[in-house]
Amino acid sequence: MSYFSNNSWWWPYVFILVGGFAATDFWRFLGVYLGGKISEDSDVLVLVRTMATALVAAVIGNLIVFPGGALAHTSPALRVAAAALGFAAYLISGKRMIIGILAAELILVLGLQLAL
Amino acid sequence: MPPSGAVASAGCTCYGRFMSFPTSDVVSSHSIWFLRGVRAAASLPGLILVSSFVGFAALAKDAGVTVTQAAFMTGSVWALPSMVVLVGAIVSGATLPAAALAVTLSAIRLMPMVVALVPEMRAERTRPWVLYLLSHFVAVTSWVVAMDRLKSIPREMRTAFYAGIGGALVMANIIVVTAVYAVADALPSTVSAALLMLTPMYFLTSLWGSARERAGHVAMVLGLGLGPLFHVLLPQFDLLAAGLIGGAAAYAWHLWRRKDRGA
Repeated sequence: MSYFSNNSWWWPYVFILVGGFAATDFWRFLGVYLGGKISEDSDVLVLVRTMATALVAAVIGNLIVFPGGALAHTSPALRVAAAALGFAAYLISGKRMIIGILAAELILVLGLQLAL
Repeated sequence: MPPSGAVASAGCTCYGRFMSFPTSDVVSSHSIWFLRGVRAAASLPGLILVSSFVGFAALAKDAGVTVTQAAFMTGSVWALPSMVVLVGAIVSGATLPAAALAVTLSAIRLMPMVVALVPEMRAERTRPWVLYLLSHFVAVTSWVVAMDRLKSIPREMRTAFYAGIGGALVMANIIVVTAVYAVADALPSTVSAALLMLTPMYFLTSLWGSARERAGHVAMVLGLGLGPLFHVLLPQFDLLAAGLIGGAAAYAWHLWRRKDRGA
């Protein structure tokens, strides 16, 4: 039942449709249905937002601590330092995403060039 | 044959553009606003989104997802965090129900976003199916651009404008994903590493910026720590566990702080 467990050409597409498309558009359609009926500030939506935020943050943490591909060959300390300093640059620059992203990339590439 | 009949009658408004002039004003002003929406998509958030799809393509290729599957995923899921969760589930060998559950949990946040967008977009004569169709385009970037720009668009033209934003972003990023797959193998390892770093940095900054309440920041810090922790303790359910526990703890903090203030 995992993505690579079935060799049929169509299985990955079913996996994406059920595990991806249905799982996301369900919430979008529910949003249209409820549009105007519930308040954005209701307590249920606060809980919904904190759970979704924690889950996506967990993805971020995993991508930095346990990455794949070429990033897996870099040192964990360099990746965490690049992400932390990039995030600090984002906050200092008045929450400008482009500054935070570029700062992290710059530190990562410099660190790789200096073979840290 | 009701389906083809429905298509033919729906098609009339489109063909009218070529056949008769009286209806062409409405149609052409809709297409003008659609094109203005396309142009609105070419913005800084749009550019940042493209660069994070470059990162996503690198991630998906690395996971063993083929280029057609990645393009299909881009068009059908169209929410980068959910797509990254899905690829994460694929990598960890999760079963379809576990993957669907994790993606569902990551996508809940789309619901309040749509709830907020619908009243902005709807005009008196907007048909519900148009809103359901357009809701598929809702993801962080198109939502941010739309909430910023819709107020200054004539109400009757807002759906056309948003279709332009959403359609342009989806098409552009499907092309980007396909292009990255074509060149990824030829890239030096430093460039590949830098591309893979784009996605976490995009989320780290956009998630922090889009949090509506302090509890969102608490949830984010908890998730950042719990994700890697549960990756070691509960490899198959790391995202779910981190989301449920981190989210519930942040919500408890939210309630406790409010009670504290009220007292």
